[in-house]
Amino acid sequence: MQTEKVITAKNLSKKFGHFVAVDHISFEVNKGEIFGFLGANGAGKTTAMRMLCGLSMPSSGEATVAGFDVYKQTEQIKKNIGYMSQRFSLYEDLTIGENIRFYAGIYGLTDKQIREKSDSLLKELNMQEHKKTLVRELPLGWKQKLAFSIAIVHDPAIVFLDEPTGGVDPITRREFWNLIYEASSNGITVFVTTHYMDEAEYCHRVSIMVDGRIDALGAPASLKKDHAAKTMDEVFLQLARKAVRSE
Amino acid sequence: MRTLKILLQKELRQILRDPAIIRILFIIPTIQLLVLPFAADYEIKNIDLGVVDHDHSAYSRKLVDKIVSSGYFRLKDYSASYQQGLDAIKKEKTDILLEIPPQFERSLVKEKEATLFIAANAINGVKAGLGSAYIQGIIHDYNQEVRMQWLQIPRFNSQPVIEVTSSDWYNPNMNYKVFMVPGILVMLVTMIGSTFAASNIVREKEIGTIEQINVSPIQKAQFILGKLIPFWLIALMVLTTGLIIARLVYGIVPVGHYLTIYAFASIYLLAVLGLGLLLSTYAQTQQQSMLVSFFITMIFNLMSGLYTPIESMPEWAKIIARLNPVSYFIEVMRLVMLKGSSLADIKYHIVAILGFAVFFNTWAVLNYRKRSG
Repeated sequence: MQTEKVITAKNLSKKFGHFVAVDHISFEVNKGEIFGFLGANGAGKTTAMRMLCGLSMPSSGEATVAGFDVYKQTEQIKKNIGYMSQRFSLYEDLTIGENIRFYAGIYGLTDKQIREKSDSLLKELNMQEHKKTLVRELPLGWKQKLAFSIAIVHDPAIVFLDEPTGGVDPITRREFWNLIYEASSNGITVFVTTHYMDEAEYCHRVSIMVDGRIDALGAPASLKKDHAAKTMDEVFLQLARKAVRSE
Repeated sequence: MRTLKILLQKELRQILRDPAIIRILFIIPTIQLLVLPFAADYEIKNIDLGVVDHDHSAYSRKLVDKIVSSGYFRLKDYSASYQQGLDAIKKEKTDILLEIPPQFERSLVKEKEATLFIAANAINGVKAGLGSAYIQGIIHDYNQEVRMQWLQIPRFNSQPVIEVTSSDWYNPNMNYKVFMVPGILVMLVTMIGSTFAASNIVREKEIGTIEQINVSPIQKAQFILGKLIPFWLIALMVLTTGLIIARLVYGIVPVGHYLTIYAFASIYLLAVLGLGLLLSTYAQTQQQSMLVSFFITMIFNLMSGLYTPIESMPEWAKIIARLNPVSYFIEVMRLVMLKGSSLADIKYHIVAILGFAVFFNTWAVLNYRKRSG
């Protein structure tokens, strides 16, 4: 595996008043890696991710994303990342085609590039006939897959996914992960938060956050070995039980 | 530029796709413009008059006839006593009571002096005030007539009579609609523009798409402009609809140039929409932004000089009116419509409104943050 680091974080912290949402986390993500960011609800996953995306100002610590500093160079970071938030973020009153055009357009793709992109994207998702369908009318699973494809429509270096498969059936989740693998094989680094432990097994490396700290970090196989567990579920339960903080 | 084009395309698509928005934008102002000017009339008519005539003389009858024939009063009650007359006011049968004392005629003839008594129901202050003023005017006229009758030899007129004749410039017939319609149109355009602008960015916050915008390389000014321009176009279309109605229904043709109105309106709308967007950047829900915007536009409209002249407001209120963009547009509308003012005549208004536009929009851009603290 290449050792080029696309994300580095060193003692990155975020406080809201006295509440320490993210507590001195340090990690590195390699290029092309699928990096799983695990943790219970309220462990601080989303906050950490928002800091890396330039949506939230860190309280202390250092971090770079795609080689740019999260304090000063957020606009350069934004050109190089894709982001899919927990909340569904396509325009429901626009059609699939219009959503693709909008998101591709704001990242500076030309009309020709947009046409090519939307053709290949729709083909891959098997949605060619639905280009003119309003997003509002699509089933949730379709929307999630579409949102992911649109998040990487501008071929970013890194894509951040915040619980992308919440509320989606197992088959669609599987299809969704196929899309993630494909993006990864195209050289896009995938940073994904989840609390489905079967999904953790799909990641190259995972970190497990407990109460704002990273308590474990490594490949799923080695984590299981370290904690003498058969599944990631067990690893997670062992660590998460120590949590003081609840939702 | 391309980003802006993409943003505009998206906004316009969203607005045009919602059939309700188009209906709200055009049908409601049309109806309001057809209804409001008929109701918003300063002239008081149909004042119900009660008379207590203790005199029953030729002079007293002549006075009552004169009042009723003015067209402002309807004789509704003819009571025998003051008490009965007052009861009629209490029962809301009449608005104003005129009491003619006994020996009205006699004292008028003999002592050349008589007293009348007027009681007005002041629950509706405007009606009471104007009604009393009308009656006093009519009595004054009556007084003159009586004197003229008696003074057969005018050169012995001990009291010189000064009569004032007036002519009303720019609105010779004192047609209230000519005065009110342009103002009401300004009010409608303002309300529609600012309310829609206020709810728009918040809507993206509510549905969560704002995150996706914030994580993209879109610049803040581009984003605000992308929101501003579509509503600017729509508000100008509403203005056009209103001007067409003013012309076709009320026959109001501006003495000045339509272009002057549009030139000013273009800048004015930037200011009002900028204010709406500014509210939008502060609010967390559409409900918040709508309520605040409603509250502000209500104050703006009431203190704009539309209903009451700014000149008659107390000093502190005049200052507020000067800080109110709506008052400038109403003034400009009336100046151009009635007086035929040109761009050069309204240059101070233009400078002021330009200031508002820059102020609100800069604030909106600064307050819109792509990253939270």
